[in-house]
Amino acid sequence: MATAALKSQSLATKLTGAWGRTAVISVPMVFLLVVFMLPFLVVFKISLSEMDAVFFKDIFTLRDDVIVLTLKYGNYISLTEDSLYFNAYFSSLKIALITTLICLAIAYPFAYFMARSPADRRPALLMLVMLPFWTSFLLRVYAWKMLLADSGVFNNAAIAMGLISEPLKMMNTPFSLVLGMVYTYVPFMILPLYANLVKMDLRLLEAALDLGATPWQAFWRITVPLSKSGIIAGSMLVFIPCVGEFVIPELLGGPETLMIGHVLWDEFFSNNDWPMAASVAVVMVGLIIIPLALFNKYQAESTGGGRA
Amino acid sequence: MKFNAGRLTSNVWMVGVFVFLYMPILTLIVFSFNASPMVTNWGGLSLRWYAALMEDREIIDGFKLSLRVAFSTGCSSVILGTLAALTLHRFKRFPGRTLFAGMVNSPLVMPEVIIGLSLLLMLVSVQRLLGFPERGFSTIWLGHTLLGMAYATVIVLSRLQEMSPSLEEAAQDLGARPLQVFFLVTLPLISQAIASAWLLTFTLSLDDVVISAFLNGPGSTTMPITIFSRARLGLSPSVNTVATLTVAVVSIGVFAASILMSRAEKRRALEMAAAYRKAD
Repeated sequence: MATAALKSQSLATKLTGAWGRTAVISVPMVFLLVVFMLPFLVVFKISLSEMDAVFFKDIFTLRDDVIVLTLKYGNYISLTEDSLYFNAYFSSLKIALITTLICLAIAYPFAYFMARSPADRRPALLMLVMLPFWTSFLLRVYAWKMLLADSGVFNNAAIAMGLISEPLKMMNTPFSLVLGMVYTYVPFMILPLYANLVKMDLRLLEAALDLGATPWQAFWRITVPLSKSGIIAGSMLVFIPCVGEFVIPELLGGPETLMIGHVLWDEFFSNNDWPMAASVAVVMVGLIIIPLALFNKYQAESTGGGRA
Repeated sequence: MKFNAGRLTSNVWMVGVFVFLYMPILTLIVFSFNASPMVTNWGGLSLRWYAALMEDREIIDGFKLSLRVAFSTGCSSVILGTLAALTLHRFKRFPGRTLFAGMVNSPLVMPEVIIGLSLLLMLVSVQRLLGFPERGFSTIWLGHTLLGMAYATVIVLSRLQEMSPSLEEAAQDLGARPLQVFFLVTLPLISQAIASAWLLTFTLSLDDVVISAFLNGPGSTTMPITIFSRARLGLSPSVNTVATLTVAVVSIGVFAASILMSRAEKRRALEMAAAYRKAD
């Protein structure tokens, strides 16, 4: 039936089909090439250009009928020589890694319990996890400032109850920073884990238990390996943006938690050194390129399933 | 006994995580009604910060701009995202597909400072060459659309993948042309996903600080940029009132949308049932 109908399609229809296909592909493709890909090339170019008084110079200049290509790699040298940059990159990676591990520790049991809860309760639970996405992320991070400040809600309450006499220093420490990061990113870990765990074939666990495995063994040797792709997706969704996070360290971090997003921001907005900011960005992309490839591989493989 | 212990752990863990997720939001709301100018010291119930907000030109102007940007972003993201989702769903083989998929998905995780900086540097280079665009509404819109498109694609794509291909095939068999199939069959089936993608990209745009900070120009300060600069300096009662109003609007919006959607779902179920009855 289907083939007969397809054959009977007129040539004109087939042509519109081919044209339609090209149109459908090319509109988002051109947009992404111009707005996503081209900017990266521009950043790379500018990272190699010299800074004039107020503006960067073009890398190609015309001098006595000769096109001269000037590549200044000085910015990259300063990146390796000045320990400020190294420390900022290192602490960004460290904080992103700690955040990812804590998110995983909180989200895995949560997603597991959610996936094993009665089927009629799951949509409501999922809704509750998603709802914070719809309220401003900036305001939710700000809320932690209220809770953790020296005269904040937690300290006031603890002093009123007589638990402590002096306010605990919680704000602007690595603690407040990681707390804010975990708080913001934990839903990004829960969702892919849940989508993965809810699809799992429970008969495999029954089989393992029938064959004499303890529930604990069954969990570690069946459930965890089967949820590997969810773990990878969730971890990348948390780790990659955390490396370059700017707003959370700015509001909750302190002097001990200099991150690379802040360095880039300063080079650009305070020092007005655009080529330097561009070099910082290029190296940052270099650091996250492998996690990014992993993430893209997972996204390409995933058939969608329950992902929201 | 053992079963109950497991159940208890599960409930305690889930309640704990929900408390963690919702406590800050509730604190913001409660303290927005605080009479005291000391943000975290309770001084009785009052609406004075809401009255002050009505006079706050900076916030109000920023909000108007943010609303315009968010509305435009919702529309452009949904159109581009739907096209991208259709591409990824339909066309399994075309030159550059891997690159295409990578470019669609990467903005989901790419640090915003990189997106903001690279777009700005490109726009500045273009401006030097051609004399436009000026930084402002349109450049912020462009940056937000890049981010919004990635989210819209994920949402619409997952709906397309759940959809049974037989519906489109049936329409084709009955002689519908590709465009007819799309507008009469596919689009109504994915309309719910498109609506939630619009809402999500709208809220994402309304919330964005970093991309807007790179791409804004003189006189185009969005509301989040104002809030961020105030929050950076310290606690400010105006931020609490904005937060409470945002939460109220979003809750009403999400609530209304879910009612409309479930109603549409019911109607469709009824129509389907009626169609089957006729067929019998």
